[in-house]
Amino acid sequence: MTHDEVFDKVRDVLVEALAVDEDEVSPTATLTADLGAESIDFLDIVFKLEQSFGFKIEQGELFPDNVAQDPELVENGHVTEKGMQMLKERLPHADFSALEDNPDISKVGEIFTVDALVNFVERKLSA
Amino acid sequence: MWIDRVIELEPRERMVAIKNVTLAEDHLHDHFAATDSRPAQAVMPASLIIEGMAQTAGVLVGHAEDFREKVILAKVSDASLDEDAAPGTTLRYTAEIVQMDEKGASTHGTVEIFDHAKAHEGYRKIGTIDLMFAHIDRNRAGIEFPEHNFVFGDQFKDLLRASGIEPPA
Repeated sequence: MTHDEVFDKVRDVLVEALAVDEDEVSPTATLTADLGAESIDFLDIVFKLEQSFGFKIEQGELFPDNVAQDPELVENGHVTEKGMQMLKERLPHADFSALEDNPDISKVGEIFTVDALVNFVERKLSA
Repeated sequence: MWIDRVIELEPRERMVAIKNVTLAEDHLHDHFAATDSRPAQAVMPASLIIEGMAQTAGVLVGHAEDFREKVILAKVSDASLDEDAAPGTTLRYTAEIVQMDEKGASTHGTVEIFDHAKAHEGYRKIGTIDLMFAHIDRNRAGIEFPEHNFVFGDQFKDLLRASGIEPPA
């Protein structure tokens, strides 16, 4: 499957799960800030990606679990150095550039861009 | 409760339930009450039809894991109803599991209507309702919930028992 084919299928998933227009789904759009995804939408996106691409996504594989509750990973509302390291190891598909500039916990959602999802799918398909 | 009886259950696959719409339900007198310009028009609120489907699909999803999981409605993915349901009709909800795993489930639902004044027509499809359920003990936010399964309470147990289905312990 080519990069464009993966992008098109990811875009279809997001259009259906988030009720957004196709042209809003640009590669750099973030799921939360730009496309309006809420926490429950992440489960919907996981289900729809599994259906669309035919693979199984384990809990925590695409989106992180319980980061904000771990004091080693988040301190005073900011992702710690250890937290950043852990997230990067567990989520190699995500885009950390914005979070590194501002490690506020509220910005964690912004590591999930459309490109990050495409990257995730391509890694899964080639594994 | 917004379903009266479960009439079919294929575990982990599909469940069918019915709801008799009746003028004995107080809310129908307000939905919609007469105004100066038009007479009263009693119809089942669409939001309660969605709730009926949510209960049907929720029991199906809960039954799949012997009611161990706390199954909550997370999202109405899509709902489309083309016709009103007036008192004296019966609604039939058919819920099918599209996808299910340890995190939750998505379901596809069909709503049909039976008009007792036109019994020869049988059930007619009037819409679809697609839902998503989450298992809240496995939520990503790490919030803790009570140990007992408060989702499937006494009313659900009574309904299941009356429908010949073993309720949660």
